[in-house]
Amino acid sequence: MVKSNSFGRRVQFLAIFFSFVFLAVGSGPNSAQAADDSKFTVGVVTFLSGGAAGPFGVPSKNAADLVIETLNEGKMPAPYDSKGIAGMTIEAEVVDEAGGGTKQVGEYRNLVQRKNVDAVIGYISSGDCLAIAPVAEEMQALTIFFDCGTPRIFEENSYKYVFRTGLTATIDSVAAARYILDQKPDLKTVAGINQNYAWGHDSWNDFEASIKVLKPDVEVVTEQFPKIYAGQYGAEISALMLKDPEVIHSSFWGGDMEGLVLQGSARGLFEGRTGILTTGETAMFRLASEMPEGTVLGARGPFGVYAPSNDLNDWLRTEYTKRYDTPPTYPAYKMTQAILGLKSAVEKAAKGKEGKPSTEEIIAAFENLEFEAPSGTVRMSLGKGHQAIQEMVYGQFTNEGGKPGVKNVKRYPAECVNPPDGITSVEWIQKGLKQTECK
Amino acid sequence: MEYFRRTNSFFAAAFVLLLAVGLMAPNWFSYLTTISLAKALVVIGLVILLRAGLVSFGQGLYYCLGGYSVGIAGHYLQWTDGFLVLLIAMVVSGIVAAILGLLLCRYREIFFAMLTMAFSMILYGILVKSVGLGSTDGFNIHSVSFFGWEPGTDKLGLIVYFLACLAALIVAVLMHRYFHSPVGFAGEAIRENEIRVEYLGVSPNRIIFSKYILAAVLAGAGGGLTALASGHVDPEMAYWTTSGEFVFVALLSGTAHVAAVFIAAFLFEIIRTYAFDLAPYNWQMILGATLLLIIFFLPKGLWSIFTIRRAGGGVK
Repeated sequence: MVKSNSFGRRVQFLAIFFSFVFLAVGSGPNSAQAADDSKFTVGVVTFLSGGAAGPFGVPSKNAADLVIETLNEGKMPAPYDSKGIAGMTIEAEVVDEAGGGTKQVGEYRNLVQRKNVDAVIGYISSGDCLAIAPVAEEMQALTIFFDCGTPRIFEENSYKYVFRTGLTATIDSVAAARYILDQKPDLKTVAGINQNYAWGHDSWNDFEASIKVLKPDVEVVTEQFPKIYAGQYGAEISALMLKDPEVIHSSFWGGDMEGLVLQGSARGLFEGRTGILTTGETAMFRLASEMPEGTVLGARGPFGVYAPSNDLNDWLRTEYTKRYDTPPTYPAYKMTQAILGLKSAVEKAAKGKEGKPSTEEIIAAFENLEFEAPSGTVRMSLGKGHQAIQEMVYGQFTNEGGKPGVKNVKRYPAECVNPPDGITSVEWIQKGLKQTECK
Repeated sequence: MEYFRRTNSFFAAAFVLLLAVGLMAPNWFSYLTTISLAKALVVIGLVILLRAGLVSFGQGLYYCLGGYSVGIAGHYLQWTDGFLVLLIAMVVSGIVAAILGLLLCRYREIFFAMLTMAFSMILYGILVKSVGLGSTDGFNIHSVSFFGWEPGTDKLGLIVYFLACLAALIVAVLMHRYFHSPVGFAGEAIRENEIRVEYLGVSPNRIIFSKYILAAVLAGAGGGLTALASGHVDPEMAYWTTSGEFVFVALLSGTAHVAAVFIAAFLFEIIRTYAFDLAPYNWQMILGATLLLIIFFLPKGLWSIFTIRRAGGGVK
């Protein structure tokens, strides 16, 4: 316990420490670059580590690399064949989404202030999206959510600076319910196996509620909620087989979904029972020989095998497969969609003007925008023009002739699977999915 | 006395410096500092336990409780006063710790570490199942006021930063005293030889019980401040990796001095944010390497930089 002579040293140490800190704060690309009109900097935030990196983070990051590079070369098909964004070169600042909401709020502030990005595209986790949205408003920075699914973002609040070019999770469940009843009009029993976290709960609740509204006499025989990343579903599969439902709904994704398919198929879970995998499209090529014939596969929108035939889609499929040796899955489509949405909005705002449009001008152009993407036309029509809607597609897996594909594909128009603006998804489902027209 | 006076004036100087930095520094920097001050409060609690030879892998429990207390008070009960909600966060954490502490104060070493972790994971599990609280997505904290005055969103960050500085100053002064008080040293005595402490007529369990509650109250305050600063709470705050982060910072700082904790917490945040920036794919490696270097070269934490340099005369 030395109690003397240390004061001077401490002051000395602190002086060194703080000069280091100020150096760190002062250095790096700082405000000096803010007014650079030849560049458009985009913060790209997606999972690069952790369980969501493999199925979602890496495909979306790959798509971002590919799309930004091609746009800068001006080699995209029309209508995106102009160079960069409004003639400006696109630069990406990539950030890992790991670390939770508090950490991501800090990283978001870094992107906007330290890196001076012109826009942020990102966020797979709904929790991160909820945490970031108010901060985007506070910092008045243009932010585009590309993947997170919770409808709470624009239903609980309205935001000026936040846009979402991806669809909400409600659509998956509502369309899945409509699809299965179209395929099996005399359905009697359903069961669910979903992960024990917000996404799993919401997906199942929406699906169950939609089924109940559309056909009230359907009985839910069991609902299983194993924990996320559990990997082993032996007990849950036994429970499902014991209750013997006609249809099994699951919003599992990534490794969990693949595990369920492998373990379920091995035990005959899907024999005589139809599985609905709302994210199943991501595994249909890799697990082509294990995926049971007739399983209902979703892609969280008109993505992947459900994407319509157009030049943009052909370009994405060919180039992505060429570069990464695997076809693009829906996270890649969604990232592409976000970047193209941004490009459309900025170019609309820049039309007939000199220099870089302001954030306010871009926002005015982005609201209620209609733009083309590999998945077809995207309309920003919910959440006061900030939330995208699109058609939703489901189909059944088939491996006839050893060629994995989908059959009985049914496309639901956007109005049929989305609530009208101003009403929450939950209310819409509870009131009978009625306010909208459905063919 | 002279020692305390000098340290206190040093704390006061650091406080004034922090306030000045807050007014000048960009928003991202003051946010980062707020978070590191809030986390330092949690880690001081952990250091109190470490000095008694106990490692808690469950401080996330109180960090999360503090955050959710602030969130629930504001979101569901409409109590938005910043000071009031922080107080609630501390009281709630203290009460829960007083109940769990009755069991935990009987355990030592790995059993204590595992039990604390188990309790925090129970809270995590409960929150994940609570759909009304947003499950894993958590929920946002919308409005914060101070004695009826509601700062706009543009000023709120700075106000919370000042609040964190004030909390840090108070905790630093009090805890520095505490470390050098008889009950503060009793922790080290328990770590060295519990039986001797009992022969001195002191109950180790009772001392550990009081230290556990103190640590929980500090963690609750840290969690509350984090919630005010980030405007969002989610169950991740109670997950064991969050608790592990606190242990990391405690190892970085060592148990020698209160000030070391603040420096370590700040260094941790700075290293992590620049690691994110420089190596988006490998930032974990940079953090891991830092921890390894600290363990190899400064096994007693950052503060040993001073003691080593002073140690020429063989002072331990």
